[in-house]
Amino acid sequence: MTEQLLASLTDGLLLGFVYGLASMGLSLIWGVMRVINLAHGATMVLGMFATYLLFSTFGIHPYVALPIIVVLSLLFGFLVYATAVHRVINAPYLSTLLATFAVNMMIIGIGTAVFTTTPRNVDIPVGRIQAGPVTLLSTRLVATLIAVIVTAGLYLLLYRTRPGKAIRAVANNRAAARLMGISAFRTLALSFGLGTMLAAAAGALIATFFPFTILSGAGYQTKGFVICVLGGLGNPTGALIGGLILGALEGIIPVFMAVNWVPVIEFVLFVLILLVKPSGLLGAR
Amino acid sequence: MTRAFRVILVLSMLAALALSGCAKATPAPTATQPPKPTSPPAAQPTVAPTPKPTPVTKTVVIGFTSSKTGSQEVPSTGQTRGLELWLEQVNAKGVTLPDGTIVKFEFKTYDDESNKERVQQLYTKLINDDKTNFLISPYSSGLTDAAAVIAEQYGQIMITTGAASDATYKKGYQLVFQLYTPASRYLTGAVDLLAKLDPTAKKIAIVHENDKFSTDVVNAAKAYAESKGYEIVLFEGYDSGTTDFAPFINKIIGAAPDAIMGGGHFADGSTFAKQMYEKQVKVKFIALLVAPPELKFADIGEAAFGIIGPSQWEPQAAYSEASAKAAGIQWYGPSVADFVNAYNAKYGENPAYHAAGGYAAGLILQKAIEDAGSLDTAKVKAALDAMDVLTCYGHVKFDTSAEAHGLQVAHEMVYIQWQKDASGKLVKQVVWPAEGKSADAIYPLSR
Repeated sequence: MTEQLLASLTDGLLLGFVYGLASMGLSLIWGVMRVINLAHGATMVLGMFATYLLFSTFGIHPYVALPIIVVLSLLFGFLVYATAVHRVINAPYLSTLLATFAVNMMIIGIGTAVFTTTPRNVDIPVGRIQAGPVTLLSTRLVATLIAVIVTAGLYLLLYRTRPGKAIRAVANNRAAARLMGISAFRTLALSFGLGTMLAAAAGALIATFFPFTILSGAGYQTKGFVICVLGGLGNPTGALIGGLILGALEGIIPVFMAVNWVPVIEFVLFVLILLVKPSGLLGAR
Repeated sequence: MTRAFRVILVLSMLAALALSGCAKATPAPTATQPPKPTSPPAAQPTVAPTPKPTPVTKTVVIGFTSSKTGSQEVPSTGQTRGLELWLEQVNAKGVTLPDGTIVKFEFKTYDDESNKERVQQLYTKLINDDKTNFLISPYSSGLTDAAAVIAEQYGQIMITTGAASDATYKKGYQLVFQLYTPASRYLTGAVDLLAKLDPTAKKIAIVHENDKFSTDVVNAAKAYAESKGYEIVLFEGYDSGTTDFAPFINKIIGAAPDAIMGGGHFADGSTFAKQMYEKQVKVKFIALLVAPPELKFADIGEAAFGIIGPSQWEPQAAYSEASAKAAGIQWYGPSVADFVNAYNAKYGENPAYHAAGGYAAGLILQKAIEDAGSLDTAKVKAALDAMDVLTCYGHVKFDTSAEAHGLQVAHEMVYIQWQKDASGKLVKQVVWPAEGKSADAIYPLSR
């Protein structure tokens, strides 16, 4: 039992880092812009497909492809923000919700037409380290490492650079930030771009260990909402911790009961957090 | 909201709708007619042959859906290819009825997106709008179960292929005829094989997809294994679409079984096998449903090695005119080699069992029409009820009892295992039943 618990917990936590990375994007966009990005899951899938295409067409290893995907997804985020989100940024939530939902539908529609819904795999050689009952797969370890590095990078960007400070200022009080000479458009576009980038990067990492289709984003997006609420909407660090908690739960619960109970318990927790501490474990702003 | 944004938003939504429409590539069915009550079918006025002095050609419309998208895409594609090969071959000559009418066949087909609701809409559309005369099932037990209700309600014969679940044929249907060996007999042979390979093996872990077909299979396999004295140390289902099998694999490692059985369909089965290999699960025997017999299963590389899978049919199958004669059964259709060669010439690969099942669905319908000498539903049904035939796909005979009408009673499974040939290339070998094997099973798996 202990051995199984240890193995499951390790698997869960390693996956939790990647969940956390994806959710940081969702959380950042909400925290800075008050936009619920319903294209988040679809963006993750774009990251998966970018990895797949670069690997299967050009033979570029997924980890080498990651910087390319990061840059492309940042630009894609700017584009989505400028065309779909910016004009409704001050409108009621429903407008931004619909705008991002429309982007989601477009990605899924085009993706289904181009790629069909056949499951895809990025088959890279997988190394493993055996540590007692725990088998650590190289793909999971590298994904965790990258998730930690990206989190640290995001933290440095937000707290140590001018654009980061601008993002935080806009998140804190958009009107006041504007009065201080901060360009709201540029800052918001950067935030949306970063959020999109985090989603795509997480997708690119997930593609190295799970198969995916163009429709795979929905499940990850739902998990993203649970994680954000758990960690505190608008708090990227909280999202990472929320991801780890969810990953740990996904590891531990199956040891004691059927795996089918995992989503039930996750969503009960989701409702409980909303009832007891709506601001999440780390609280937003 | 500015005017310009509103325009963009509306255009975006329209584009999204149009694109999703393109992807599905199937028009939404029109309102359905209220179904007729289930009753013995009346003659189909649209297809009733009208005797004429000179031979006329009549086109029979066969309707079915296939999963061009969604989880069932891989096996469904094989099934459709088999059907298309049959269509091409039968239309070269046509079927001549006793009154001289030459019958040619035409397919009406849509993408069901591997979705039950779509299946019911589309079969209703096929019957009402496309005026089908006969139906073939979609791929998979769940989709077929949804389609069978419609076929029965509208009084059309449906030959089912790719649908092994027993339950569909125990609902009192009269017009649904199963070609696959039923799910209840899918993994029982794997239990027998394990017993033969290793009498000391005692513990089996069963991890299966939570869908109709897989649940039927593993429930029957569990009961059978327990009756043979095996201990089922793990019996758990996973949702369709599962991609992370780590929780199940950790449980399997904890339970330390001798054998793992289960799986579900292609996507999950191949992922399960791959992740078990990545985690180096120490087990002697793995038998999974549906995925291993597919040629694409070899794409998972080393992870495929040693995996056993029940198959409805394999190209090495020893069905022949001579074996039909020896068994006192009528032989019908091309030889196994002719079918395999024709399929290979058309698609550039050997047929997997889903393709053979698709081909057989057409062939059995053709045989029933020939036997009936008519396109009349009641006469064709009577011909199917009386059918006892050996084809390149194997022995076909339907249950005619009130409790399980249409259930397949004669067809037998074979069990394949992925092994390596002299050059180290992964190849499928038939390892069970003993009398039909092309190689000895590799046991135990060494990982």
